[in-house]
Amino acid sequence: MSLPADDHKTIDARFLLHHQSAEKGGFSLDVDLTIPGKGITAIFGQSGSGKTTFLRCVAGLEKSDQGHLTINGDTWQSPSLFIPTHKRSLGYVFQESSLFQHLTAKGNLDYAIKRSAETMTKELYERVMAIMGIEAILHRYPNQLSGGERQRVAIARALLMQPRLLLMDEPLASLDVARKQEILPYLEKLHLAFDIPVLYVSHSLDEVARLADHTVVLDHGKVIAQGGLTEIFSRIDLPIRFGEDTGVVLQGKVVERDNQWHLARVAFNGGELWVRDGGDDVDQPVRIRVLARDVSLALSNHNDSSILNRLAVEIAEISSGQDESIALVRLKLGEEYIIARLTQRSLHQMQLEPGKKVWAQIKSVAIVR
Amino acid sequence: MSFSEADIAAIWLTLKLASTVTVLLLIIGTPIAWWLAKTQSWLKGPVGAVVALPLVLPPTVLGFYLLLAMGPNGFIGQLTENLGWGLLPFTFWGLVVASVFYSLPFVVQPIQNAIESLGDRPLEVAATLRAGPFDSFFTVVLPLAKSGFITAAILGFAHTVGEFGVVLMIGGNIPGETRVVSVQIYDHVEALEYAQAHALSGVMIAFSFFVLLGLYGFQRKQTSFLSPRGV
Repeated sequence: MSLPADDHKTIDARFLLHHQSAEKGGFSLDVDLTIPGKGITAIFGQSGSGKTTFLRCVAGLEKSDQGHLTINGDTWQSPSLFIPTHKRSLGYVFQESSLFQHLTAKGNLDYAIKRSAETMTKELYERVMAIMGIEAILHRYPNQLSGGERQRVAIARALLMQPRLLLMDEPLASLDVARKQEILPYLEKLHLAFDIPVLYVSHSLDEVARLADHTVVLDHGKVIAQGGLTEIFSRIDLPIRFGEDTGVVLQGKVVERDNQWHLARVAFNGGELWVRDGGDDVDQPVRIRVLARDVSLALSNHNDSSILNRLAVEIAEISSGQDESIALVRLKLGEEYIIARLTQRSLHQMQLEPGKKVWAQIKSVAIVR
Repeated sequence: MSFSEADIAAIWLTLKLASTVTVLLLIIGTPIAWWLAKTQSWLKGPVGAVVALPLVLPPTVLGFYLLLAMGPNGFIGQLTENLGWGLLPFTFWGLVVASVFYSLPFVVQPIQNAIESLGDRPLEVAATLRAGPFDSFFTVVLPLAKSGFITAAILGFAHTVGEFGVVLMIGGNIPGETRVVSVQIYDHVEALEYAQAHALSGVMIAFSFFVLLGLYGFQRKQTSFLSPRGV
């Protein structure tokens, strides 16, 4: 579980698969990916994009016509080899509750511990219990647990396998908003506490923005983009549209806290932003999200508005938005990019074009982590 | 009511037959049920229909063909003779073989339904927890489909106890060997021994009633326990 950090660790996955069955239509998956063998990689896409099928291929639950899969040096699949699921060192968290209902929560955990290839240490067991916060509910059966508790037990069960790869298939999708908020902090802690590479399937930009280090975007069974989280979120040329949720994620750290106005100043590669003080200490790394709909542009620097964050930027790229009246403008500031959403009319009236220097007015910024 | 020695022998024989058949049926029926529940093959329909045939055929038809098959010119008969077991008709084991065919759908169908309603997910979950196929059968499928297996065993047992036509065709009426309760009752009636017929018939009615009562009670308890949370 605590493998030495190694920047050369990678996951290589190549799958080619066709479904001809009536209920799934003529779906095909055709991916060839090399992704980091550490951290959380989000597999993002709309429903029907093939992200769950991809994850099932990695787990060996689905057998692709042609495939090759290497996890940090271990080959799980090649043209001459197919290691069955029960011999792969993986943990899998399913979308809906997957606890065995004839066993208690503890029984479910023991089922995993007994079959894991690794020996369980008391220290690890207690760490997983503490991080997932499930010690008090271990004696209960799955039908006596809430949806959030069941998913926490399921995540703990996957962790106790001490896998070389953790696969999560929309683990929050079956939960309501309150339960999601309940589990997200556990997933963040998991990320920090365990050095296991995670493939996290999701269609929620919020979850991806909060959890992922690396992002793969799937559409119609094909990879249309992959890269670091900030890079993918700042692109406006992708064929799939994020709609109202279009916006960038910036990695920064708190440099000042203003106690009088309850604000925090966050510095990132390219500038500084004032955000609502979320209680983070100075020097604390934070991830902030700036939505395109909260960014407007001005030709000069006005300080007579209520807008707190005004940044000098350069227009890098302009693309049409989700409908004909909307334009997305990619703005460069320092090393980073932000996106502004404008009307086509404003674009025209302000005579905006790539290379032009303008002021970005940012109405709202949120710390996502 | 009092039973003659012949009545007691018939009751014991019936219980022995039904127990043997139930054990064999669970062993034979489970793989068939599993295959029927999981297969995508076009053979699913034909095989399912063959298994279900005893539900609709008159027992005499089934008994007639089994008698021919187990006879000296039938393929089962030739097989058993080659194995040195002799011919099966008019023996206890002949009744066992016939009853296995006759009661097969009563065992296969509940198990098949239970496995189908379980779906693939629990097996996938077990596989991700490093449980191999046999491991997951015994630790996941069996406990989760328990009610299906218990229903199958009860129905297989009760149905074997209640058979008459097939027994008469295959086993005849040999005391202590093939004369089961239903045949014994028939003999009593033929001999106009209505009191004895009443006693044995009463036992059969009571037995069948309580078996079914127990079965329905058990199934109700299971459905309330099986909530849709978890796999």
